[in-house]
Amino acid sequence: MTLRLTNTAKTYPDGTKALMPTDLTVETGEVVSLLGPSGCGKTTLLRIIAGLETPDTGGEIWFDDDNVTAQPVERRNVGMVFQSYALFPNMSVGANVGYGLKMQKLSKPEIDARVTQVLEMCQLEKFSHRSISALSGGQRQRVALARAIAPRPRLLLLDEPLSALDAALRETLRDELAILLRKFQITAIFVTHDQDEAMAIADRVAVMAEGRVVQSGTPEELYRNPTSAFVAGFVGNAMQLHGTHDGMLLKLSGGVLPLGRDGTGQDIFVRAEDVLIDSSGPLKGQVETVTFLGTHYRVGIGGLMPEILISIFPGQSAPRIGETVQVSIKPESLMLLPQTGRGK
Amino acid sequence: MHKSKAKMLQLIVTLSACAFLFVPTILSVMAGVTANYFQGISSGLTLKWVFRVWELYADSIFLSLWLAIACLFCTLLIGLPAAYGLARHPGWLSRILEEFISLPLAVPGLALALALLQLYGSMKGFRASWTFILVGHVLYTLPFMVRSILAVLAAIDLKTLEEGAATLGASPWQRFRDIVVPNAMPGILAGALTVVTLSIGEFNLTWMLHTPYLKTLPVGLADSYASMRLEVASAYTLVFFVLIVPLLMAMQWASARAQRIAQ
Repeated sequence: MTLRLTNTAKTYPDGTKALMPTDLTVETGEVVSLLGPSGCGKTTLLRIIAGLETPDTGGEIWFDDDNVTAQPVERRNVGMVFQSYALFPNMSVGANVGYGLKMQKLSKPEIDARVTQVLEMCQLEKFSHRSISALSGGQRQRVALARAIAPRPRLLLLDEPLSALDAALRETLRDELAILLRKFQITAIFVTHDQDEAMAIADRVAVMAEGRVVQSGTPEELYRNPTSAFVAGFVGNAMQLHGTHDGMLLKLSGGVLPLGRDGTGQDIFVRAEDVLIDSSGPLKGQVETVTFLGTHYRVGIGGLMPEILISIFPGQSAPRIGETVQVSIKPESLMLLPQTGRGK
Repeated sequence: MHKSKAKMLQLIVTLSACAFLFVPTILSVMAGVTANYFQGISSGLTLKWVFRVWELYADSIFLSLWLAIACLFCTLLIGLPAAYGLARHPGWLSRILEEFISLPLAVPGLALALALLQLYGSMKGFRASWTFILVGHVLYTLPFMVRSILAVLAAIDLKTLEEGAATLGASPWQRFRDIVVPNAMPGILAGALTVVTLSIGEFNLTWMLHTPYLKTLPVGLADSYASMRLEVASAYTLVFFVLIVPLLMAMQWASARAQRIAQ
């Protein structure tokens, strides 16, 4: 199913503008992530699509050729996975998964067959008769997903589905969720504040800030070609280089950096993995912090600019604290973005 | 030696406390099954006083049971939606409403009865019917029902559960039936037992509201103390116990369960 939102906004009764007028299209079978910091309006947008919030007048929501704007949530046939899972404590796992089918008035054998099938897909067949309180966090998350997809919804919505889990489990379930969503071949929208999660699961990521979608694209596009300082900072933690512009050069306190193009009127960003410790580099700085992270070291270099510049050092023997190092940054790995006056 | 002395003391205190509570009860019950109280137990045991109570006050017993059931029905009908509404819309207005519903707890039953008499006393048909007493009982027991259900509902994330059901296609009524009521059940059960027990045992209010043709169990008890042989009155106490003690025990069990869930 194709989802189309036009001019959809939300203003709360107290005057708070949770969502600015937004247009969004999600193609059939596409998994789209709404990524942004808390309070950016991503959950509001998801709840509007579900029908749990009413948009301001003027907005329209289309499921294929149906205008569902005025339809109540129970008639929209969307599946939703809540942050707290919202599993019914008065029902067993099987009854939870079968509830949506019961609401669709399917026959008892049909419901049983479908519940078994969905539970199998989510590797929950052993738990069918268990009560919800007897499940672990990861199992609950899978039950919530199974319950949402059992009625074969037109659209699957997931509100921070992994945030209630502990860190170790989150990563495993993240990959599992990505596989399951492809297996169901369902149009899905999923809200998160975690960029790794968005990148791992989504075909397309819409980055949101202050009630707007600021950029939308594949994870690669967002990472490589951010169009704003906010996206560069939020996706991949880009650092802004603070110095004085001089045409094709950027003068930093630790040396002069060639930009390879005219940087006038632009803010310049770089990612930690593109800051190379290189004895022939044009910049000079002092090592202030070294953190060992298993596959690599995170080296904080001072004296290059007012803030510390982070470099990822993949080698075996990292420089020591206090050592003077030469740093090079390839002109093509620099991101030149229109000046906003504020960077990260 | 020292230790066992302390233990002995504990035992004595416990036994005397038990005796203080049980001896009057046992005496009263014994009196109800003794042929002649003034001659003592030697006059023989009999159930004739119990049958006598039945003959004289069976109407009171049935009236009380009927009132309790009707009262339960009314408090459920008003209390469940009220508690649901209060739980779904928390805020200062709900808090004030909750206090307002609880007001009859703080006002003495006699004052409540007087107010009812002043307001409805002139409506002859209503004044003389059992529904008049029912109104008093509902007023008095409603806060127990509302609070009991509210405590359980407040402990669960009702809003999200209902939203979950709604996305699965459940209409507001289906959500109420499938999600709200089953999850509120421990509170409903505890509240129901409290309401029934209170309604059967209520005296203050009922005594003010009753008519000679409408005596409830406790009013009948007072009546029998005032006008019958001591043995009959004692047998009445026995009947009362038999009715109320199992209810009390069930109520204890149910509210303990509801509290476990509310925590």
